[in-house]
Amino acid sequence: MKIGTPKEIFDGEARVAMTPESALQLQKLGHECVIETGAGAAAGFSDKVYKDAGVEVVKTTAALWKAADVVAKVRAPADGEVKRLREGQTLISFFNPAGNGDLMEAAAKKGSTVIAMDMVPRISRAQKMDALSSMANIAGYRAVIEAGNNFGRFFTGQITAAGKVPPAKVLVVGGGVAGLAAIGTSTSLGAITLAFDVRPEVAEQVESMGAEFVYLDFDEEQADGSASGGYASVSSPEFREAQLAKFRELAPEVDIVITTALIPNREAPELWTEDMVASMKPGSVIVDLAAEKGGNCKLTVMDEKIITDNGVTIIGYTDFPSRMAAQASTLYATNIRHMMTDLTPEKDGVINHNMEDDVIRGATIAHEKIVTFPPPPPKVAAIAAQPKKAAIKELTPEEKRAEEVAAFKKQTKNQVTLLAVGGALLLAVGLVAPASFMQHFIVFVLSVFIGFQVIWGVAHSLHTPLMAVTNAISSIIILGALMQIGSGSALVVILAALSVFMAGINIFGGFLVTRRMLAMFQKS
Amino acid sequence: MDFGFTTAAYVVAAILFILSLGGLSGQESAKRAVWYGIVGMALAVAATLIGPGSGFWLLSILLIAGGGAIGYQLATKVQMTQMPELVAAMHSLVGLAAVFVGLIAHFEIGRVTGFLSEGGDPYTLGTFAQLIAKKTTVEINILRVELFLGVFIGAVTFTGSVIAYGKLAGRVSSAAEKLPGGHLLNIAAAAVTVTTLIWYFNTGGFFPLFLMTLAALFIGYHLIMGIGGADMPVVVSMLNSYSGWAAAAIGFSLGNDLLIVVGALVGSSGAILSYIMCKAMNRSFVSVILGGFGGPAGEQMAVEGEQVAIDADGVATALNEADSVIIIPGYGMAVAQAQQAVSELVKKLRAKGKNVRFAIHPVAGRLPGHMNVLLAEAKVPYDIVMEMDEINDDFPSTDVAIVIGSNDIVNPAAQDDPNSPIAGMPVLECWKAKTVFVSKRGQGTGYSGIENPLFFKDNTRMFYGDAKESLDKLLPLID
Repeated sequence: MKIGTPKEIFDGEARVAMTPESALQLQKLGHECVIETGAGAAAGFSDKVYKDAGVEVVKTTAALWKAADVVAKVRAPADGEVKRLREGQTLISFFNPAGNGDLMEAAAKKGSTVIAMDMVPRISRAQKMDALSSMANIAGYRAVIEAGNNFGRFFTGQITAAGKVPPAKVLVVGGGVAGLAAIGTSTSLGAITLAFDVRPEVAEQVESMGAEFVYLDFDEEQADGSASGGYASVSSPEFREAQLAKFRELAPEVDIVITTALIPNREAPELWTEDMVASMKPGSVIVDLAAEKGGNCKLTVMDEKIITDNGVTIIGYTDFPSRMAAQASTLYATNIRHMMTDLTPEKDGVINHNMEDDVIRGATIAHEKIVTFPPPPPKVAAIAAQPKKAAIKELTPEEKRAEEVAAFKKQTKNQVTLLAVGGALLLAVGLVAPASFMQHFIVFVLSVFIGFQVIWGVAHSLHTPLMAVTNAISSIIILGALMQIGSGSALVVILAALSVFMAGINIFGGFLVTRRMLAMFQKS
Repeated sequence: MDFGFTTAAYVVAAILFILSLGGLSGQESAKRAVWYGIVGMALAVAATLIGPGSGFWLLSILLIAGGGAIGYQLATKVQMTQMPELVAAMHSLVGLAAVFVGLIAHFEIGRVTGFLSEGGDPYTLGTFAQLIAKKTTVEINILRVELFLGVFIGAVTFTGSVIAYGKLAGRVSSAAEKLPGGHLLNIAAAAVTVTTLIWYFNTGGFFPLFLMTLAALFIGYHLIMGIGGADMPVVVSMLNSYSGWAAAAIGFSLGNDLLIVVGALVGSSGAILSYIMCKAMNRSFVSVILGGFGGPAGEQMAVEGEQVAIDADGVATALNEADSVIIIPGYGMAVAQAQQAVSELVKKLRAKGKNVRFAIHPVAGRLPGHMNVLLAEAKVPYDIVMEMDEINDDFPSTDVAIVIGSNDIVNPAAQDDPNSPIAGMPVLECWKAKTVFVSKRGQGTGYSGIENPLFFKDNTRMFYGDAKESLDKLLPLID
């Protein structure tokens, strides 16, 4: 198969979906590679290095689309590009299928297969193709660098001969991949980093990156992210209020705010209100990574940097990955390469589009003239749920009561059944056996019952002493021998005498050994 | 003649016995509990001697004293590592005594019925014979069934315990062996028992009773021969249970409530103990009793890698650097009598402020709780001795795990290999520790004959040699 990468036509896009290195790997899978001239130039890869890597370079966009069986690109295709698609061709790119319904329909009608890199399910196996994460990672890093560029002070605190410099205080809102990357960058630059996320399980990850997690004084347990495939979901109005109150408290203190809060397929939530911006110190910087979806701060202007009246810089760029095109291209090309590896399991250059595979099925949005979006939920749960914590805390008092009542009922039912069966059996025996037997029988049953009750409580470590004691006690059989020894013939006397003798050994031996053992148990 | 006093004493004795068993719930109260048992037993014997058993009382006291002397000798001389053998051997005595008492009851029935048919006066008879003389025909028949049961259980207990003793003491091969015919022989013997029961019930003759005794002796022998050494903890507690049921059955035939009470207590306690053991090994009681491991369901996973040996210096270095250590003792420690050396090691490590604990698997050793007793003997404080469930989660945060003479209870195949004969058995997850040292005689497999992948893991080092000698070499190197 021929895998081709055209030049990105989106304005300002510097990334490229194939690097010389990824091309080499693709060739190892049995594929041929082709690239449009100048496609890698903005990312720092010249046509020559592609040629050296065995990639065919074609002159025009049209020639490339014609030559390639698989077209790999970064941005979602434009109308013109969709028109170039032909039947049987595969397109791999970001797509945003939820927002690009018409394009998807058009591509499907053409009979081509479309794999959307932003639809790769978030399961462990698919991490190597998770392009969203690799791009978010870059965005998080770049956001801190961009903030530093517009911030007039050091990140780290210093005491120098020329005076003392306080460390910068950075607040990262949202602990996803971008947020964590921003935290890592910011702490390694030496800033005091605070972080917040609505998903409680993120606190641990945040702290592991060296930031301090901002806890809210809020009792309601938030649903953890495992239910929604690791993404945040919409929070309740009460929770939002508590969150905004906390941010208002922090606003005058922090120097840099990086907001990364996004909820899939929704407008970005407003987390940094105008009054918070107003209360910030002049010279502070806000980087709004959610600018593309309306921004976490309403003052943000998409793709622009603005400075407010009180001197706060608000950065609303949406092309952070593109601003680090070389790095972003390397990572993205590797994601694409991994996707191709999964598509060519035999490594013979033949694509096997296996719609049974969770990852491939999830990412495919158009196949064989049918729109296959949205995909069914993956068979493997993305993230193991945290049942312990959640289950116990989520129980309301009523539910708890109901559970206890149910358990009690079940226990009662079991016991009543046992008692009924036992009672019936006893009655059955009583019908046949004479009264004298029944008297003893009752004693017997009660004793068995007591035995069961008592022994459950015996400590595990005392099982050997328990056996020694029960052994000693079982020599109670001596009573039988004693009762008989006096009556009857010589044979009886001899047998009885032997029994008494043996039981005697057992009584003394058993108890003494038990005592010896128990005397040894001691506390430290 | 009624013995109001005796009955009163029996009630007190029964309560004391119950308290005695219940007191074993804690180490401290257990010490008191033994005294309850001793007093209870003394009361019961004294009351019987004064009351219904007063015939030949001097002879009885002499015999008890003689037996007591031997018992004393045994109990004080026995090594703690030989505990399992001793307990098994003593079970056999109880079993045999039950057989004798049952047989006597049979003879007495014959004598009394003969006596009465000749028109004799029942009040000239001994106490037990008087009891029989008062019984109706139905009651006599029930009596026969009871004593039959008593003799049967007693006989199974007797030979079973003797074989268990032999296996534990190493005098009989510990492997699971069966005569040709296997369980068919057992079934045949059981069939003989049932037939003789009906026969005996109808005729009351001695021959069927005798035949049944032989069959029962055979069942006891063959049943326990067929059980491998690794299952001995279950066997011993099961025999314990049997001896209790035997006593209860005899109690029925003698109409003695104390015998019934105590027999039932011992019987149920043994049964529960066996149940707990079986649960710990994830095996059904039936499969243990029917002997040996079931055949493997499929090809077992091949073990890859090699066993890497290490010497005492290496172990000492790792221990000196470790902060947390978990020791997993097994039967090998008991065999090598290494518990004192282990205790010494623990003392040294603890003196250096390291966190040292013991992890005890429920079926480690040859008796339930065997390891606890050995460690207690070596004066290891019991609050650092943990059960499997308490400590299994701590292995990943542990620097060094030392396996001393255990094998199956630390076998990862139980979790990884569904075809392993021990698949599903809960095991101590020592391989999750950073380093595992295994003190072991040589490269052979353990009691169950199953290959242990633990020995081939990357973080496992084999410390070959007799456990005690190895530890003695190690001790001076710990500083």
